[in-house]
Amino acid sequence: MAGGRNKKLGRSLGGNIVVYGILILFGAFMLMPMVYAVNSAFKPLDELFVFPPRFFVQNPTLDNFSDLETIMGQSWVPFSRYLLNTVLITVVGTAGCVIVTSMAAFVLAKFRFPGSRAIFRIVTTALMFSGYVTQIPNYLIIARLGWIDTYLAMIVPAFGMPMGLFLTKQYMENVPDVLIEAARIDGANLWQIFWRVIMPNTRPAWLTVTILSVQALWNSKAIQYIYSEDLKTLPYALQQILGGGVSRTGVGSAVTVIMMIVPVVTFILSQRQITETMASSGIKE
Amino acid sequence: MEEKNKEKKSAAARYFAQLRVDTGQTWRRMKASRGLYLFLLPFMLVFTAFYVLPVIISIFYSFTYYNILEPPRWIGLQNYINLFLADDVFLTAVKNTFLIAVITGPVGYLASFVFAWLINELPRSIRAIAVTVFYAPSISGQVYLIWGILFSGDSYGYINALLMDLGITDKAIKWLTDPDYMMPVLIIVILWMSLGTGFLAFIAGLQSLDKSQIEAGYVDGIRNRWQELWYIVLPNMKPMLLFGAVMAITQSFGVADVTMALAGFPSTDYAARTVVTHLYDYGTVRFDMGYASAIATVLFFTMILCNKLIQKLLRGVGKGGDYSGGRRKK
Repeated sequence: MAGGRNKKLGRSLGGNIVVYGILILFGAFMLMPMVYAVNSAFKPLDELFVFPPRFFVQNPTLDNFSDLETIMGQSWVPFSRYLLNTVLITVVGTAGCVIVTSMAAFVLAKFRFPGSRAIFRIVTTALMFSGYVTQIPNYLIIARLGWIDTYLAMIVPAFGMPMGLFLTKQYMENVPDVLIEAARIDGANLWQIFWRVIMPNTRPAWLTVTILSVQALWNSKAIQYIYSEDLKTLPYALQQILGGGVSRTGVGSAVTVIMMIVPVVTFILSQRQITETMASSGIKE
Repeated sequence: MEEKNKEKKSAAARYFAQLRVDTGQTWRRMKASRGLYLFLLPFMLVFTAFYVLPVIISIFYSFTYYNILEPPRWIGLQNYINLFLADDVFLTAVKNTFLIAVITGPVGYLASFVFAWLINELPRSIRAIAVTVFYAPSISGQVYLIWGILFSGDSYGYINALLMDLGITDKAIKWLTDPDYMMPVLIIVILWMSLGTGFLAFIAGLQSLDKSQIEAGYVDGIRNRWQELWYIVLPNMKPMLLFGAVMAITQSFGVADVTMALAGFPSTDYAARTVVTHLYDYGTVRFDMGYASAIATVLFFTMILCNKLIQKLLRGVGKGGDYSGGRRKK
């Protein structure tokens, strides 16, 4: 083929045009709401309500972001409190999730013991139903534990992530047994093997768990568990702001932008590791 | 005759003796692996408390009348009977959920694969950007609320303004309050955010395909990317395709946040009510926990059943080309 060795085999120019065309078309569709949100967040008031509506901003301003403090300043707690709550549950919940999930994945991936297969099978079953099914009993359980209206209600359930366990276990199976054997000969105990051998060698896996956990917790509303205003989270605040109606469109867009920056940026930064982990995600027969 | 009986007995005795020895071994092995169980303990505690127990509790409460204030009262199958025979709204919800699942499940799944494959055709440098663009909708939280503005029912809505500008309609369409338009709009939004974990798994699977196998395929007479897709890529992607299917099914049956946020709760004529919305209604608004649990139980078994069924189906389909890529171990 004329393309030479670096070019992929069997690619025609026409086919390439089709590929690029489809991707650009649908890519624009995927991006549209995000682009709109970013544009609206920087629109001054008169541009937000111009008729006929205009998609792109012309005189960008930071008014909406400064209004955010003003609007939330009138409410019970300052905006920064919602932000702080969300950051807190995201950081603590994710740290716990990574450690708890990796520990379980480690023993399931590297040892055979009575019940190990059954446990993994049950955990995989949990991938097959969504959290809505368990919402009500979860509330009852959290109430019984006395965790209503505490951070615990938002943080502890995040520690056990079936998807995280599944992905990490599949990835950890690729860590060579020789490494573990060598550490054992050197006198390392189980915890030391886990912490010094397994964790440093499975960075892509636990980074993936980190991202998934950050995405879930950052967007967590948890309204049903929390009554105190000063424990509520950012997505809840966003809902309240948008509940204020059309006049809040600009400020609402500003919050939307803040909400989407964190998951998107963390994904961009760790994309390579995530892809590496996902490569071993397949369900084997 | 007697001899035969004796022989039979001894076989049974042997079996039980074996079993005893085996349980003894199991017990010894369990004791030996105490440390391993300790490692599992934190996860299993959380998992049991927030995944296993809730399912069991749900099934139990589904046979009771329970309003949280009074202790649950056993009423047998009454909740299920009401659900399927007396509750029109539930039947609407089931219809809507299946409509959404049947469209967004397969289309989202196919789209995940097709876009992953198309993106894999791109040069490495722009591939990462493309992945981010297509994956972003499913991770950026409540950005889908923006669709509410774009599809706003007055002439300030962007879609309406555009259509009126082009002269396609002369008055604003109430996209999210008119039952005739609600479902299509919601399905578009759900599809928009359906490129999730499964999509990532496909991207990863495609990137880790064995290059030498593809080259060998070209030597053997494969001519273009379509043949390459069919004869080499698909058979090698089977584990990821299964994983992606699980993700797609779970996602497509659990639709509620989007419909509630965009079409309202309750929506006009319940035209956008899903099973999960119904569950939410009885669980958190009407406090009829028994009834809500019955809905949850039905949903639970539907999801598991669909998953098992589709997995079986997918496994059968790929049987022809079941040779494993170099990367994947047995």
